[in-house]
Amino acid sequence: MNWDWGAVRDFMPHFRDGLLVTLQALALGSVISFALGLVWALLMRAPTRWVRWPVGAVTEFVRNTPLLVQLFFLFYVLPEWGLTFSALTTGVFAIGLHYSTYTMQVYRAGIEAVPAGQWEAATALNLPRRRTWTAVILPQAIRRVVPALGNYVISMLKDTPMLMAITVLEMLGQARLYSQQHFRFTEPLTVIGVAFILVSYLASLLLRALERRLVR
Amino acid sequence: MSVDTAKNPDHAPVPGTGPQLVRLENVTKRFGDHTVLDGLDFGVDAGKHVTLIGPSGSGKTTILRLLMTLTTPDEGTITVAGERLFPAPARQVREIRKKIGMVFQHFNLFPNMTVLRNITEAPVTVLGLSKDEAEERAQELLDLVGLADKCDARPSQLSGGQQQRVAIARALAMRPQVLLLDEVTSALDPELVAGVLDVLRDIARSTDITMLCVTHEMGFARDISDQVLMFDAGRVVEAGPPEKIFGDPEQERTREFLSAVL
Repeated sequence: MNWDWGAVRDFMPHFRDGLLVTLQALALGSVISFALGLVWALLMRAPTRWVRWPVGAVTEFVRNTPLLVQLFFLFYVLPEWGLTFSALTTGVFAIGLHYSTYTMQVYRAGIEAVPAGQWEAATALNLPRRRTWTAVILPQAIRRVVPALGNYVISMLKDTPMLMAITVLEMLGQARLYSQQHFRFTEPLTVIGVAFILVSYLASLLLRALERRLVR
Repeated sequence: MSVDTAKNPDHAPVPGTGPQLVRLENVTKRFGDHTVLDGLDFGVDAGKHVTLIGPSGSGKTTILRLLMTLTTPDEGTITVAGERLFPAPARQVREIRKKIGMVFQHFNLFPNMTVLRNITEAPVTVLGLSKDEAEERAQELLDLVGLADKCDARPSQLSGGQQQRVAIARALAMRPQVLLLDEVTSALDPELVAGVLDVLRDIARSTDITMLCVTHEMGFARDISDQVLMFDAGRVVEAGPPEKIFGDPEQERTREFLSAVL
């Protein structure tokens, strides 16, 4: 096995393109999974089971089927129904949706961890239900769950290579393409491996900073 | 003094006979097989300070929780200021609940808000006060409870006694007619109890707010109460002015209880 710095240099422009796509997928996927997960968690507390039951069934289904199957389904089946999105859009949505079924459980735990006394104080002060959620319960719940949500960001990063399966050229896609064209596997795969470690390390630093800001 | 409460001038409260601000009739509350309150009838006259004493599990706290609508009775009716609180439609409950404030054993301040916002949150969102009005009112109340310098602090930065005094200010900021005090010193370190009780004595003396107080502080009960109710097993065993209950109780059960706690 020989290492060729020239190949590394050669791969760099492709690597940059792939990195940008990976970061986009990660950032947008995170935002979607955080927002959608909260929506699911709140709907699961709806007073009527006509809301809880369908939401529970759908999220259970999504959580227990492979992300790869969902990617294929959204990318190849939806167009048959006349819904066509770009590969990246589809991929971001699939990751966000898939992970929202995990983050909803994180939110649920966070909401349940807010002491009953907080609800009681809100009742005693006659705060409207919506205000109780937005001003009292959610700020405390979300503060508690930031570390757990952070873990899912790292997981999501490690799942972004799956987008390759629906033709998105994220880091692994670029590495594979380069490898096949130049018959050099070591350099591109090593470069993106290191990049994955660096991105997840940076993401964890960011999340820890966020945590420190929130937990005061 | 800003904690004045609207009181109907027609009500000349004579103990036991006047128009009652709070009235529970035939109230029964069960938790599973356990009957906490058993056909309870009792009322509180406007402006009076009533203390509920008795062993744990005798249903005292449940009465406060029923009045605050934190739980609902299995049977009976609850009336506050002439209006039905239970059973009643949700809209009416919200209206009447504005007349009632509560201070909890564990303070239950909102840890995500400053002291000032803990106090202004409900006046602004529920009563529709402007931020300035609410903050002015909060400052006066913080003065009253001796914490004028703590408005920017977080609850976690305060001692238990200070937190409880903020909680008292928070309840008063809604200008309730009835203040429910649920073992407000039970969770405090002994050296912090006096400060909280002093604040409450002050409020009892200087306002016409009606107080309903569950406490194990017998000295405090004797000081502020117009009437003391001795509870046991979901029933009122004995009721009377504090001198009578603490000085010369009629019931054996009351004597037993008092000799155990005093």
